[in-house]
Amino acid sequence: MFFNFVDELRAAGIGASFKEHLVLLEALDKEVIEQTPEAFYYLSRATFVKDEGLIDRFDQVFNKVFKGLLTSYGQTPIDIPEEWLKAVAEKFLTPEEMEAIKSLGSWDEIMETLKKRLEEQQKRHQGGDKWVGTGGTSPYGNDGYNPEGVRIGGESKHKRALKVWEKREFQNLDNTRELGTRNIKIALRRLRRFAREGSADELDLDATIEGTARQGWLDIHMRPERHNAVKLLLFLDVGGSMDPFIKLVEELFSAATTEFKNLEFFYFHNCLYEGVWKDNKRRWSDRTNTWDILHKYGHDYKAVFVGDAAMSPYEITHPGGSVEHFNEEAGTEWMRRVAHVYPATVWINPVPEKQWNYSQSTKMIKELVGGSMYPLTLAGLDDAMRELTRKKH
Amino acid sequence: MARFEGTSDYVATEDLKVAVNAAVLLRRPLLVKGEPGTGKTVLAHEIAKALGAPLIEWHVKSTTKAHQGLYEYDAVARLRDGQLGDERVHDISNYIKKGKLWEAFTSPQLPVLLIDEIDKADIEFPNDLLQELDRMSFDVYETHETITAKERPIMIITSNNEKELPDAFLRRCFFHYIKFPDRETMQAIIDVHYPGIQKTLVTKAMDIFYDVRDVPGLKKKPSTSELLDWLKLLLNEDMPLDVLQSKDPTKAIPPLHGALLKNEQDVMLFEKLAFMARRQN
Repeated sequence: MFFNFVDELRAAGIGASFKEHLVLLEALDKEVIEQTPEAFYYLSRATFVKDEGLIDRFDQVFNKVFKGLLTSYGQTPIDIPEEWLKAVAEKFLTPEEMEAIKSLGSWDEIMETLKKRLEEQQKRHQGGDKWVGTGGTSPYGNDGYNPEGVRIGGESKHKRALKVWEKREFQNLDNTRELGTRNIKIALRRLRRFAREGSADELDLDATIEGTARQGWLDIHMRPERHNAVKLLLFLDVGGSMDPFIKLVEELFSAATTEFKNLEFFYFHNCLYEGVWKDNKRRWSDRTNTWDILHKYGHDYKAVFVGDAAMSPYEITHPGGSVEHFNEEAGTEWMRRVAHVYPATVWINPVPEKQWNYSQSTKMIKELVGGSMYPLTLAGLDDAMRELTRKKH
Repeated sequence: MARFEGTSDYVATEDLKVAVNAAVLLRRPLLVKGEPGTGKTVLAHEIAKALGAPLIEWHVKSTTKAHQGLYEYDAVARLRDGQLGDERVHDISNYIKKGKLWEAFTSPQLPVLLIDEIDKADIEFPNDLLQELDRMSFDVYETHETITAKERPIMIITSNNEKELPDAFLRRCFFHYIKFPDRETMQAIIDVHYPGIQKTLVTKAMDIFYDVRDVPGLKKKPSTSELLDWLKLLLNEDMPLDVLQSKDPTKAIPPLHGALLKNEQDVMLFEKLAFMARRQN
């Protein structure tokens, strides 16, 4: 059952598994839901979709798979007696309109169209059996009829019973994210070197037991917590052409801050010059001299630049090339110095890799970091981290 | 087992009911996500209330480890007692502290287990719980016991989306995203919380509330619980209705906006937009 549905879901990128399929069948078997299309929709959504970003996609698949099938819940399409149609038409159309309609073709032809239309409507109408028996004119109420032949609805009866999944209320949440924080973290994990350092605040049970056994009195041993000892300098490009990537970089940043304990971050604009800053609001008043950074943080730090490297080539090659201030020394100098002090240097570029070749400055920056430029994608991060591990200081 | 239909204090939408009932009947964990303040945690309380089941709450913090939900062995206390020659030291089970899962597994009555904010914990936390959730049993190595659940407890897990959860874990859950309530549902929620509140006040307040939510670029959009707080404040302060109604652009910032906007950047942004709107007029 529902093999088609599962296949379609998988094709749409919703990771429906065998297990979830079984759960759905079990739920149907145990009669968790009433047998209505809505309840089935809600149940299968709760079973298959585990991320609100995918709900919209699920709605579309559901619509595609179950569109024609819904009538089987109710009954087979009904042959509508012609008298009804006439009665309905007369009820909702003024004599003038009837005349107008007649002028368009024979009454029978129009009736045929109306009949088809109503049948179609019935197929699309949820719950099938409700509309013919109860409420008498209600289905027709939803339908109007106008000289163009198809227009549905009089003023107040405009609202077609739109099915929940057709409303696609979750459209806003669908974001085909390339990277989530979790994925970034998994990628960043490649860059791990565990060590215990810092203040001893964790009980070392084994050492305590051993010490106690040896001494004959309670001999408590403490040790520092084990954590990632990799040291990282993160330089983030802000402003201008980086604006479209803010969300992505924010995610990278939040993943990095939780993963690395020894992380220092600085902002720069376009290219690295003699000053960087830690707070964007005080970027002019509160700058850190790049020399200080190079002196303060040792060779064992790894430098990661995040930026789109899109600028005018002069901004890299010429003194005074910066768009924001007068830089006494060219960007090239500063990039070389960093690459010299920190042999493990990579540049992560949020711009898709295939566009790099169209930008002169990107190629230059890539050269300056020794070719270690990687796209801000999972695979790219993975490669970048591998490169950083490989390049021991 | 009784079906969950919402309670007198909690407005449950149709899809939420289906998800809860599926989770209750099939005894699979229900993972609930949603904007902060849409009633994720309250849901577990209400399910427990509706089913007449005891509620066991496990609030997860960033330092919480999966095994703490099973049990903790207090070796230090035992060591100390051993030093002092306490009699208790001979029975190791004196130093085993039961965790919330143990409690839920051995509860005399079928409980509702709430694992609150699972995303706060370490990234491996959910994976570490997989085995126990599948088998519904675990071993206590110190005492060579196996704790097995008599019946699978009803489990509600909430997440604020701070971390993504691993696939293997998600596969075992039902999922429900509490979407932000539309006006109708919101009206129902307000009726439940403040019966007899002035209709016009609510309508006006909701107009303003949804306007504020629509302001682009807010860091934290106000949520249901904030609307309820704000209404309470408006009622307490006996705010005259015309303050809300005034279309006077100089008063573009809603009264007591502090209940709705929780971030100084948001307040500033809002004031700026209000100022611009004023200039346009």
